[in-house]
Amino acid sequence: MKNILAYVESINGTIKRSAFEVATAAAQLKSKTKTNAIAVIINGNEEIANQLFEYGVDQVINIPSEILQKYSPQAVAKALYQLASAKECDTMLFPASSDGVELAPILAAKFDAGYISDIIEMNLENDDIIVKKPVYAGKSIIKAKVNSPVKVFSLRPNVFTPIKQVSDVKHYEVFSPELSSNDCKTIVVDTVKNEGKIDVKEADIIVSGGRGMKGPENFYLLEDLAKVLNAAVGASRAVVDAGWRPHSEQVGQTGKTVSPSLYIACGISGAIQHLAGMSSSKVIFAINKDKDAPIFKVVDYGIIGDALDVLPKLTDEIKKIKG
Amino acid sequence: MNILVAVSRVPDTTTKILIGNDGKSIDNNNVKFILNPYDEYALEEALQIREKNSGRVVAITVGPTENQETLRNALAMGADDAVHIKSKDENFDSFFVAKNIANYAKSFNPDLILMGKQSIDFDSLQVPSILAELLDLPVITIVTKLNLDSTKVIAEREVEGGKEIVESSLPCIISAQKGLNDPRYPKLPDIMKAKKKTIEEIPAQAFDNKVEVISMELPLRQRLNKIFNAGDDEIKEVVRLLHEESKLI
Ligand SMILES: Cc1cc2nc3c(=O)[nH]c(=O)nc-3n(C[C@H](O)[C@H](O)[C@H](O)COP(=O)(O)OP(=O)(O)OC[C@H]3O[C@@H](n4cnc5c(N)ncnc54)[C@H](O)[C@@H]3O)c2cc1C
Ligand SMILES: Nc1ncnc2c1ncn2[C@@H]1O[C@H](COP(=O)(O)O)[C@@H](O)[C@H]1O
Repeated sequence: MKNILAYVESINGTIKRSAFEVATAAAQLKSKTKTNAIAVIINGNEEIANQLFEYGVDQVINIPSEILQKYSPQAVAKALYQLASAKECDTMLFPASSDGVELAPILAAKFDAGYISDIIEMNLENDDIIVKKPVYAGKSIIKAKVNSPVKVFSLRPNVFTPIKQVSDVKHYEVFSPELSSNDCKTIVVDTVKNEGKIDVKEADIIVSGGRGMKGPENFYLLEDLAKVLNAAVGASRAVVDAGWRPHSEQVGQTGKTVSPSLYIACGISGAIQHLAGMSSSKVIFAINKDKDAPIFKVVDYGIIGDALDVLPKLTDEIKKIKG
Repeated sequence: MNILVAVSRVPDTTTKILIGNDGKSIDNNNVKFILNPYDEYALEEALQIREKNSGRVVAITVGPTENQETLRNALAMGADDAVHIKSKDENFDSFFVAKNIANYAKSFNPDLILMGKQSIDFDSLQVPSILAELLDLPVITIVTKLNLDSTKVIAEREVEGGKEIVESSLPCIISAQKGLNDPRYPKLPDIMKAKKKTIEEIPAQAFDNKVEVISMELPLRQRLNKIFNAGDDEIKEVVRLLHEESKLI
C-alpha cells in the first residue's frame, strides 16, 4: 500500500466535524500499514493543519487556489488527482457529505478505481482494506473490498469516532495544482443557509416529529427541546409531504440517512422507510401514544403518551440537569 | 431537447430483506420490484421539460431481462423510447453501469441526462458522477429544483445546512432528489400502450468489477427497550437514564 489521502472539508476557515473522523480513520490505517496519512485541505491554512495533526495525520497539504474559492466538483477532483499522483496516494477517504459523495466518484473514475460509498467500518485483513456498508436502506450490510490498485471510500458521518493521537511527524506543505477556470464545469452562483439551524446530517442529537405532532404549530415544542440539547429538528415524510416542515429535515429512505448519538422520535409511527434512515442511531428514544406503534420495537427508551404533553415536561427536566 | 433518463430496478421500499443462499446477495423470491423512486423524479422532470420544449425522452436501464418491467413503467409514465442494455445477471458494480450508459450516450448525444440521486438497492450514489467523468460533462447531484433554457441550467442542490444554486452549460448530468417534483401515476390506458411498445435491446459490455462483495449480513442491534408510561416520575426517570446510563445529555 502506498499513501493515504484524507479529504478534509472546511467552510470559511472552520473544519467540519467529519474532517476529524476522516483524519482519524486515515491515521489508524496508516499506523497499521506503515504508510503516510495525508490530509488535504483546500484554501486552508497552518492553523487548520495544526488541528488535524492532533488526530494523527503526519502530513497536511494545503491547496490554495483562486479557482477553487467556489466549490466545483470536477475542478476539485482534478486538483486531488494531481496531488494524489504526485504524492503516490492509492487509498482515498472522503466524508459521505453532499460534496464528498459528489466528488469521490469523479476522482475514482479518473483513476479507473473502485469506490465504496457511505462505509460504517473499515478494517485491515491480510493487507486488504475490508469495509462494511449498509445497503437496501440499512436493511442489510455488505462486507466488501475494492480490487483495483487505487481505492476510494466515503465515510458515513458520525460513525467513525475522532480520536486524538498526536503524530510524531507534522509536515505541512502547500501544493499548487494546474487548473484553469475551464475546469470548473459548474459554478455555484449562490448559497442559501438555513439560518441558525443545525442540519440533521451533522447533528449529534436529533429531535424528530411526525404526524402525531398534530400540526406545524406544535413543532415549537421540538424546537424548544432541540435548543436545550443543541440538537437538530427532523421530520417524517408524512409531515414533510403535508408541508409542515421542509424537505431538508426529512429522515428516511427518501430523506436523509442519519446516525446521531441520540434520536428522539415524537409522534412518529416507525414505518420501515423512516427506520431506514435512522436505525443506525446509537440510542433511540420515542414518544408515542400508541403502545403498539412499530417504533417501540427499535427503541432504547420509550414513553407511551401524548407528545404534546410529554415534550414540555421533558424539556423542563433536561433543563434542570443542564443547570 | 433530447433527454436521457437512467432508471434502475429496485426492491419496493417495504420489502423485507432476506439473505440469499450465496450469502452475499438478497433472496429475490417474494420481493416486489419497482422503478427506483429517485428515478421517478428524474423521469417526471424530463417529461415536464419535454412538454415545455418538445424533444424526446429516452429511458435507459442496465440489467438482466427483468429490467424490461422497469422500462415498461417508464414508458407508461410517458417516456418516448426505451433502451435495455442487457446483462446476463444483476450487477451492482457502478463502473459497469456507468460505462454501459456512457457507451449509449455517446451515440445518442442527449442535451440533458437525468438520473436519480441514488439507487435504493446498494445506495451507491455514484453512477451520475462517474458518468460525468466518462463523458466529460458537467454534473450537479442531489437536485431539488431545476430551471433551464436552451443553453444552460440553474439547479438547486441540497447541501448540509442549506442549499447551493449551481449553474451549468448544457449538455449536463443532473441527479434528482425528492422535492424536485411530484411524479405522475400512469393511467391504465398508458400502461396498456406501454406494453406494446418495442424496447431497443443492446447487449451489455462486460468490464472487470472493481468492487467485490465478500458477504452480506442482517444488521443486529440490541436495543435496551425500556418503555415507560407518561407520568411525571417516569419522564424524570427517562431523563436520568439518558443522563447517567447513556451519558448523552
Ligand atoms: C417510496 C416511499 C418512500 C418513503 N420514504 C420515507 C422517508 O424517507 N421518511 C419517512 O419518514 N417516511 C417515508 N415514507 C412514508 C412512510 O411509509 C410513512 O408513511 C411515514 O413515515 C409516516 O409518518 P408518521 O410516522 O409521521 O405518520 P403516521 O404513520 O401517521 O404516525 C403517526 C404516529 O403518531 C402517533 N400519535 C398520534 N398522536 C399522537 C400524540 N398526540 N402524541 C404522540 N404520538 C401520537 C400515532 O400513534 C402514530 O404512531 C415513504 C413511503 C414510501 C412509499
Ligand atoms: N442498473 C442501472 N441502470 C440504469 N441506471 C442506473 C442503474 N443503476 C443506477 N442507475 C442510475 O444512477 C442513479 C444513481 O444510482 P447509484 O449510483 O447506483 O446509487 C440511479 O438513480 C439511476 O438513475
